[in-house]
Amino acid sequence: MPHLTTYLGLADRSEETLADSFRAIGEGHADVADVFHTCGMLAGWSDEHRTALAPVVERYGEAEVDEPDRLHAAGLAEARPGEIGLLRDLQDLHVLASLVQTTWMVVAQGAQGLRDPELLRVAQEAGEQTARQITWLGTRIKVAAPQALIVAP
Amino acid sequence: MPEQFQPDQQVDRVADIHGTRTPHAKGTVWPARVDQYLDPGVEESDVERWVQSACLLCSNGCGVDIAVKAGAMVGVRGRATDVVNHGRLGPKGLYGSTRWASAGDRLTTPLVRQGGRLVESDWETAMGRIVERSRALLDEKGPLSHGFYTSGQLFLEEYYALAVIGKAGIGTPHMDGNTRLCTATAAAAFKESFGADGQPGSYTDIEHCDAVFLYGHNMPETQTVLWARILDRTRGDDPPVVVCVDPRRTLVAREAERTGGVHLAPRVGTNLALMNGLTRELFEHGWVDDDWVAAHTLGVDDLREVVAPFTPERVATVCGVDADDVRRAARIFGESGSVLSTVLQGFYQSHQATAASVAVNNLHLLRGMIGRPGAGILQMNGQPTAQNNRECGADGDLPGFRNWDNEAHVKQLAEAWDVDPMVIPHWAPPTHAMQIFSYAETGSIGFLWISATNPAVSMPEAARIRRILQGDQCFVVVQDLFLTETAELADVVLPAAGWGEKTGCFTNVNRTVHLSEQAVEPPGEARSDLDIFLMYADRMGFTNQSGQPLISWRTSEEVFDAWAAVTAGRPVDYTGLSYEKLRGPSGIPWPVNDEHPDGTDRLYADAVFPTDTDVCETYGHDLATGGTVSEAEHRASAPAGRAFLKGAAYSPPHELPSDDFPLLYTTGRTVYHFHTRTKTGRSRDLDRAAPDAWVELSAHDAAERGIEEGDWVRVESPRGAIEVRARVGQVMPGAVFAPFHYGHWQPDADAAPDAGHRLANELTMTVWDPVSKQPTFKTAACQVTRLRDGDGPAPAPTTAASAPAGPSRRRPRPTAGGGPTTSQVLAETPTYPLDPAQGDS
Repeated sequence: MPHLTTYLGLADRSEETLADSFRAIGEGHADVADVFHTCGMLAGWSDEHRTALAPVVERYGEAEVDEPDRLHAAGLAEARPGEIGLLRDLQDLHVLASLVQTTWMVVAQGAQGLRDPELLRVAQEAGEQTARQITWLGTRIKVAAPQALIVAP
Repeated sequence: MPEQFQPDQQVDRVADIHGTRTPHAKGTVWPARVDQYLDPGVEESDVERWVQSACLLCSNGCGVDIAVKAGAMVGVRGRATDVVNHGRLGPKGLYGSTRWASAGDRLTTPLVRQGGRLVESDWETAMGRIVERSRALLDEKGPLSHGFYTSGQLFLEEYYALAVIGKAGIGTPHMDGNTRLCTATAAAAFKESFGADGQPGSYTDIEHCDAVFLYGHNMPETQTVLWARILDRTRGDDPPVVVCVDPRRTLVAREAERTGGVHLAPRVGTNLALMNGLTRELFEHGWVDDDWVAAHTLGVDDLREVVAPFTPERVATVCGVDADDVRRAARIFGESGSVLSTVLQGFYQSHQATAASVAVNNLHLLRGMIGRPGAGILQMNGQPTAQNNRECGADGDLPGFRNWDNEAHVKQLAEAWDVDPMVIPHWAPPTHAMQIFSYAETGSIGFLWISATNPAVSMPEAARIRRILQGDQCFVVVQDLFLTETAELADVVLPAAGWGEKTGCFTNVNRTVHLSEQAVEPPGEARSDLDIFLMYADRMGFTNQSGQPLISWRTSEEVFDAWAAVTAGRPVDYTGLSYEKLRGPSGIPWPVNDEHPDGTDRLYADAVFPTDTDVCETYGHDLATGGTVSEAEHRASAPAGRAFLKGAAYSPPHELPSDDFPLLYTTGRTVYHFHTRTKTGRSRDLDRAAPDAWVELSAHDAAERGIEEGDWVRVESPRGAIEVRARVGQVMPGAVFAPFHYGHWQPDADAAPDAGHRLANELTMTVWDPVSKQPTFKTAACQVTRLRDGDGPAPAPTTAASAPAGPSRRRPRPTAGGGPTTSQVLAETPTYPLDPAQGDS
């Protein structure tokens, strides 16, 4: 199952990237209190997904193969300044989280095919929480957009 | 029973906060007791007129008549026939209602900033500056450059007029009130559970309940008359059991001990863990009404799963309470026939505010205890007119509990106002107060109009708020009775008429609407807030789609009638109310319409909730993140009048104690003051009872630091510090309590040696609840260090939760010295409309 293990590796690493990026953006916008605190909390969720996945990776092994380029998303190392910067950072997080979400969807499909209830549960629960991360990002983007686009200095 | 009381007792209501007891048995009507205060030297026979109103000095909403003599307000008397108070008034209402009006430092002319100083001006100049700046910004940057920050003190008509100006005239989503600091979580919790704001319960539930749970609610100090109503039950036959959740040993805690209830003192910031534990106990012991839950709620399985890990032992570890106390409290909830729950700032201003408050709703829903006498929920308000800010939409919500995310609701308003729906901001949740101040900080909002509130003292992280108000990046208008700490920083200051100097309505926690009539003329050139808003609208020339003035009202009654019309068909239905009807013997609780011509004592008697997708005020939120539920998701859940059971996992507070800051800081109130003392500080009786700030420490933490009663101490958090005197008091070890009322303003300059360094919000954090957006005033880490000897006890009252822990070298004298008030228990209790204890009799 070389491709399943590729996807397990992708799930693990993209969650790691997402967690790191939530932290970088949250700390970079520490003056925006809700972004700071919520990003910290959502980074924790991604950490938990990796912890939940770890025993499954143990069982199947993680692919050593080179990841196909197109399945890789770069993380966000630092925040952009200002209100428009925040808007773009939240959008980037949205893109990353969407990759994580579709990855869990693919993994869950694999788990169905393999009749692996443990993996299915991990993938579904993580996928549901990723959807909550995306919902928050969408809500926050909608709130930030008009002010950032029209009046921000 | 009443004849055992002497008529016209003379009572010092500073010493005797709750007044004479009138105990009565379960299921019987609360007796009437008429409390009255007249200024020294004024006899009852001197009073020329009594003018109908309701009290504005807490959220209880007591009916009151204002005594007028020679064109001045000289005292107050409780209205015996009013459903809210049955004649009673509390110390703040008695001593604080009228004194401020004749204070020598009232604002009587507009002020404008010139050469860095505020100088006296006139309306033409002041309003000219406001309009010039407003127009210029609208031309240059558009409506998002404007913000409005109001209060829980204005009248319904003023909120509604401002809401129309802001939403249909300017079109800005940046409107909020200081209600965000006090009641936003009450509204949010109702919306999440029941689909719309609106208090399900009634004060009459007190007469019928078997247990009262007070969650973070120091009612004996915040709503003294409501507490008197509870005491009259707990001291009568067949009394209810009291359960108290509070980190301080308040009078509620002592009543819990006295009635065989429980006092749970959770560690600051851990309320949700406790609530999850109580909820789990209901499931574990089969105290859930499964049939009712299946018929009238959604989400029970998810809730069961969320609370499953919170065993009493886990709660004990997280919250620092006894596991058996958790079991006992849950058993009282689970086995009592009828439970009344009340919630206030201990939950609303703490960590995970909405989730913890929703959990209270959940407990009632799980037992099907809602909509019948005795089984009620009172998610309290902090202020007397906060409810109206929420109803009318001056807090950013859409008027009439309409849903910003529902195009049909927006269209209803657009039609009522004859404007393009696109003008009305509804593309995202309204901007909350903390965000408005952030935008003002960067100059993204360049015009901020503040009415009847004092954010320089009341908002968290005070140093930052002062910087924002002071800076050149934002033009600040302040409209108030006095030159408050906030007004001092404004570009234009407008003198406002206050309570008794203008006419309007307001609605209390109980949904009871009162009319407050003008009793006297405002001083100098002061004008009512409504007149000021209308003057601005006229000068701005806002028009509707037909080219007519958007706002043509000239009297408060015209605004009221327009408001009533716009509530038609909504849960908050005022269509059956008019000024004429409100001039009757009692305030009237909404909804008042053809179906309920005399009002409605409690909501949801039919267990049908306003959750239908086309009806609800919100599609809901993720309680952990604040992410919004979409219309499609909401519709798919097919709520159809069922209530939502929503849970969330506990997460630790945002700031935990550390080596440098090992204690947990919480702010709060004292019974003798309201808000930042703008009115209560100008009453000598109240001011003397709590003349200066203090901080409360447990005996354990004080001893560890060598601190004795009355010593000067420094309290410091990562954001700031205060230096005040210490009360070795009744907080739980590890917690530190500071009253938030004290800024640098002082009625008597000699009396406050610490006026420059006593503002409790110097220490608090800029952080808010993800759903209600209410700032968290009650969880910050701090350290307390001893500075020097005091020369007497701390200036804290001894009468309530601030009482000293025990004997000390500097023993405080018992708080007393309020002027004489009269109190008369009526031999015959009036008939109260809708009172279930008198129903069908």
